[in-house]
Amino acid sequence: MLEIKNLHVKLEEEDKVILRGVDLTIGAGEVHAIMGPNGSGKSTLSYVLAGREGYEVTEGSATLEGEELLEMEPEERAAAGLFLAFQYPVEIPGVGNMTFLRTAVNAQRKARGEEELSAGDFLKIVREKAKTLKIDSEMLKRPVNVGFSGGEKKRNEILQMAMLEPKMCVLDETDSGLDVDAMKLVSEGVNALRDQGRSFLVITHYQRLLDHIKPDFVHIMAAGRIIKSGGPELALEVETNGYADLLAEAQ
Amino acid sequence: MALAQAKTDTLRARTADLSAGGSGWLGAARRDAAARLAAMGLPTKRDEYWRYTDPASLTQAAPIPAALFDAGDEAPVFDGIEAVKLVFVDGVFDAGQSDDPALAGVEITHLSAVDGVDIHWARDIYGVLETRGQIPVQRPLATLNTAYATEGFLIRATAKAERPVSFIYLHQSETSDALIHHCIKIDQGAELTVLENGPAAARVTKVMEVEVADGARFHHIRAQGRDHERRAVTHVFARVGAGALFKSFTLTANGCLTRNEQVIELVGDDGVAHVAGAAVGDGTFHHDDTVFMTHEGLRCESRQVFKKVLMNGAVGVFQGKILVKPGAQKTDGYQISQSLLLDGDSQFLAKPELEIYADDVKCSHGSTSGAIDETALFYLQSRGVPKRVAQSLLVLAFLAEAIGEIEDETIAEDIRSRLEGWLQRHEH
Repeated sequence: MLEIKNLHVKLEEEDKVILRGVDLTIGAGEVHAIMGPNGSGKSTLSYVLAGREGYEVTEGSATLEGEELLEMEPEERAAAGLFLAFQYPVEIPGVGNMTFLRTAVNAQRKARGEEELSAGDFLKIVREKAKTLKIDSEMLKRPVNVGFSGGEKKRNEILQMAMLEPKMCVLDETDSGLDVDAMKLVSEGVNALRDQGRSFLVITHYQRLLDHIKPDFVHIMAAGRIIKSGGPELALEVETNGYADLLAEAQ
Repeated sequence: MALAQAKTDTLRARTADLSAGGSGWLGAARRDAAARLAAMGLPTKRDEYWRYTDPASLTQAAPIPAALFDAGDEAPVFDGIEAVKLVFVDGVFDAGQSDDPALAGVEITHLSAVDGVDIHWARDIYGVLETRGQIPVQRPLATLNTAYATEGFLIRATAKAERPVSFIYLHQSETSDALIHHCIKIDQGAELTVLENGPAAARVTKVMEVEVADGARFHHIRAQGRDHERRAVTHVFARVGAGALFKSFTLTANGCLTRNEQVIELVGDDGVAHVAGAAVGDGTFHHDDTVFMTHEGLRCESRQVFKKVLMNGAVGVFQGKILVKPGAQKTDGYQISQSLLLDGDSQFLAKPELEIYADDVKCSHGSTSGAIDETALFYLQSRGVPKRVAQSLLVLAFLAEAIGEIEDETIAEDIRSRLEGWLQRHEH
C-alpha cells in the first residue's frame, strides 16, 4: 500500500535536517504504529506524506499503490486515497462543517471520475456516520472546528475519514488531548474503518492508544530514522522502559 | 488663497455645462445647494477627508472615458428577483425599458415630475438630509449632485411593499457623466427594499436620501457593476427614527474608482442601522468606504461591516466613524473593517474612529489586514479540495460576515454566487 524508501527531508527555510533515511513498507489492511521521543520527526513524516509546504525532500521516495506521492499536490494525494488526521485540526471560521465535508467528498469523487453525491444522499450518510461518533447536528452546522473541544475536533477528524473512505490513513497523535472516554470513542471510530483494503499508520507517544487500536507492527523513530521495528510487544517495552535503552542500543 | 482659487476654478469647470434650474421647491433646493457649493468648492487630495482617495477624476470637468464592459452571458445581478424595475441608461431614465412604476403602498415619482410643484413630501428630504450630513465633514460632491441632478426618483412607502424597487443603471456610452439623486421616505410602520445594480456611466455622482420613520424598515442592497474603468462617488444620507431599521449592503467587484459615503443618524430611541460592504478588486481598483454613524437616541444599535479582497496592486480604503452624542445612553456600536491581501502588491488603508460623549455605551472597532491562512488552505487541500476551490471557500468565508448582513436569503445567495464567479475568474 504505502512504501517509503530512504526518505530524507529538511526544512525549506533553514538548514535543519529532520528525516534522515526513513524506510517503511505498509501492506494492505495492516496497522502500523510509529512511536518515538519528541522531535524524532514523526509529525514531519506525516506532513511530508500529506504534502504540506515548508519541507524539502532531498532524497528518497514515497509511493501509494505504486504512485509517487511526493510529486502530487495535497489534493491529488487525498484523491489517490491518502488521509491525514491532524494532531491539531485547523479551525476555519466562516466555512460550515457540512459544506466543508460535502465539498471534500465531492471534490474527491470528481477527481476519481465518480458522480458527485446528491445533497440528500450526502446528508443521509453524514448523519449516520456522525451518530456513531456522537457528533450532533449542531456540530455539523458550526464552522469547521471553531469552538470545538479537543475531543470534538478529533472526532470530527475521524468523521472526515469515515466520509472520505481513504485507503491509507495516517493518524498523527490522534490521542493527544483526549480523555479516556473520548479516546475510546475515537478508537472505535477508527476500528470500524479497519478492513482488508485499508491501511493505517498510527503516530503516538503512548502505548495506551494501541490498547484500543491494536497494531500489527510497531516502529520506533528517533533522530529522523526508524531505529527498531517489531510487533505490539515493542510498544509495551517502551511503556515500561522508556526510549533510553532503545536509543542506546541503536547507537 | 491659492488653494481656494484652485477649488473655485475646478468648480467652475466642473459645473460649466450644468444648470441649477427649475422652479418651485425643487428649484429653490437646487439654487440653495449651488450657493452652498460655491462657498465650499470641490475637494482636492489635500483635504483630510480625501487623503487616501484622490478626487481629481471626480472633480475634473469631463469624465475620463470608460470602456464598456461585456458581462457575456452572465445574467444581471438581482435578475431573478421579482421587482419593479426602473432602468437608467448612462444616467438617464428610460421608461421604455422600465416597468410601470406601480406598486401597492408605494408612490414612485420621477424627479422631473415635481419640477415647478410648490408642495411635495420630498421637499423635507431633498437636499435637507444632505445638508445635515455636511457637518462636521463637508461633502461637496453630494452638494454638487443636489444642485445639478435632474435624474432620480422620489419614492414613498406608506405600507409594507410586496416587491422591491430595483434600479438598473446601464452604461452604454464611454464618455457618459451621470448625476442621480433619489429621495426615499418610509412612513411609520412601512417597509421597502431598494435594489441597485450597474455601473451607471463612465462617471457617476450619486445621492440617496432616506428618511426611515418610527418603526419603519428599509433594506438597501446594491451591486456597482463589473466595468473595470468606471468611476463612482455615491452618498447615502439616512435619518433613522425610533424603533426603525436601516440596512444597507454594497457589493463592489471591479471599477477603477469607487467612493461610497454613508452618513447615518439614529435620531430616535431603539433604532437599528447596519451598513456593510464586500469589495473585490484586481489591479487598478481603488475602493473607498467612508461611513459616519451618529447615535442620538437611546439604546440604538449600529454595525459597520466592511470586507475587501485585494490583488495585483488594488487599494482599499476605510474611513469609519461612530459618534455617540451626549445622552445617547446604552448605545451599542460595532465597527469592523478587514482586508484580505492576496499578494504583496495590494494595500489597505483604514481610519477607524470613535467619538463618544455618553458614559453608558458599548462601542468597539477593529481593523485587520491579512493574507490567506496557509494552514487552513493546506487542511482543505489535504481533504481533497483543489487549491483554487479551497481559496475561493476561504475568501467567501472571509466575506461571510458582510454578506450575512443581507436579510433576504435569495438576494444573499445571488451576491454569494457573483463573488464565487469573480473569484473563479481571478484565480492566481
